[in-house]
Amino acid sequence: MTDLTLSNQAVTTQPAPPNEATAFRFPMQWIGVAPFFIFVLMFLILPTIYLVLGAFQNGDGQLTLDNILQLVSDPSISASYWVSIKISFWSAIIGAFAGLAIAIAIVRGGLPNWTRSATLTFSGVASNFAGLPLAFAFLATLGRVGIVTTLLRDVLNVNIYAMGFNFLTTSGLIAVYLFFQIPLMVVIIVPAIDGLKKEWGEAAATLGATQSQYWRMVVIPVLWPSFLGTVILLFANSFGAIATAYAFAGPALNIVPIKLYSQINGDVLHNPQLGYAIAFGMIVITGLANVFYIWFRTRSERWLK
Amino acid sequence: MKSGKFWAWVVFIVGAAYFFIPLMATVEFSLRMRRGVHSFDAYQIVLGDARFQSTFLYSVIAAVFTIVLGILVVVPAAYWIRLRLPQLRPIVEFITLLPLVIPAIVIVFGYIRMYGSNSPLPFLASNMGANALLVIGYATLALPYMYRAVDTGLRTIDVRTLTEAAQILGAGWSTIITRVILPNVLIAVLSGAFLTFAIVIGEFTMASLLNRPAFGPYLQNIGANRAYEPAALAIIAFAITWGCMSLIQILSRFAPKSANRPN
Repeated sequence: MTDLTLSNQAVTTQPAPPNEATAFRFPMQWIGVAPFFIFVLMFLILPTIYLVLGAFQNGDGQLTLDNILQLVSDPSISASYWVSIKISFWSAIIGAFAGLAIAIAIVRGGLPNWTRSATLTFSGVASNFAGLPLAFAFLATLGRVGIVTTLLRDVLNVNIYAMGFNFLTTSGLIAVYLFFQIPLMVVIIVPAIDGLKKEWGEAAATLGATQSQYWRMVVIPVLWPSFLGTVILLFANSFGAIATAYAFAGPALNIVPIKLYSQINGDVLHNPQLGYAIAFGMIVITGLANVFYIWFRTRSERWLK
Repeated sequence: MKSGKFWAWVVFIVGAAYFFIPLMATVEFSLRMRRGVHSFDAYQIVLGDARFQSTFLYSVIAAVFTIVLGILVVVPAAYWIRLRLPQLRPIVEFITLLPLVIPAIVIVFGYIRMYGSNSPLPFLASNMGANALLVIGYATLALPYMYRAVDTGLRTIDVRTLTEAAQILGAGWSTIITRVILPNVLIAVLSGAFLTFAIVIGEFTMASLLNRPAFGPYLQNIGANRAYEPAALAIIAFAITWGCMSLIQILSRFAPKSANRPN
């Protein structure tokens, strides 16, 4: 709490008369944002840098690439990255398109007004309904004694577990993650679709565009940056998610965040440097995704001009 | 156009089924604890559990502190950037998005290594320090939402004129922020606060790795050891999230709509 009180004082005891001499102006300018920058530096940026530097050092502090190489050479670690990337990628892609379809249906589909407000309200809730309770809900539904599982078994005589269904497979986790991915897409993309002006459609029609040309040349280019940005957000969202998967299988499931969790808890690897490397790998992957996003966006913005 | 409407209905109904079946099944499952009849036994057991009460209280308190810390960090910065340092806006927006990019588990791992008991700033050496670190971690997680909420609120008021008027009347900076700016963006701040609450209340990763007796680790423990109680807890958690979101919606009706002079 030390820094908290410090930053408080920085705000409250700051005298700053309205028009001070120019010589004092520069530092005064910065005092208003100082608590913010001190906070993010101490509790967001420095801890991250600390891990990144640690990933390139051995236990004695010498520079080395061994930790990073171990990410690739250790089959269980590289497999966990691969599984995590697959889950995040597909849950982001499927979630994005499903969310887009729902958003278009409620905004442009000519449905009654209540569907729109109901969907938006529900999406706001569901996009924040993640973690352990989400896992509990799916276990109650599709777990071995879940309601839907037993209904299917008793009424339709279908045993989904005999058919190979399992939450701990890639597709099982994707299906669960969609419960927060789709609503998140809806929440973000609906305002973007609202931003499509009626005049554009009319202008396109006046110029003789077909419906498909209107979509291809107007709607998709306009929605593209926010759509892509949300896909990236969804990817990062599921890439770092741990609680839902942890509730299904505890530390047994081999995805990166659980691997790191076990490592921090001292269950498995007993090598902090390797933990740094795993964390570094996670930052690199979500960071790369964002670089792609920025690159795509600048391209599409240039094109839009 | 007619087929378009048909497909819109199909999409809407399939989507609604995907979202409602698990919720209804969970409600049904949570009522099945007593064999053969529907009962609220699972809820009674959960709500009567002393560990539920203590961990839930702990998380509520942590959430309140998180909100206060978030306001103290975000409001002055967002205000100051609107007033004096607009050139910093892209940098600050980028920074506030970082917690969405850097996973929570990575952030808390950094804390554990940097602020351990042998470090120069040993947060984790004491219980209170660890509690503080949890609140700080939560405030970091909530940063993107808090900043956006406050910034949206500031956009709807004329920050410069209000500040100048207050200065002419002799107000100092602390008066300006607490008695002029904050009341004007109160609704935006409260929206951010309820969202923060919804995120923080059942958070598992940070609380568990910092070894705090919070609601998230309790949920995990019950989930691993009980059958019907987790379903009841899922419904309770859903209700809490729903409550927070409804409060945000209700508040947004009171928010000022017009931007007098958007910057």
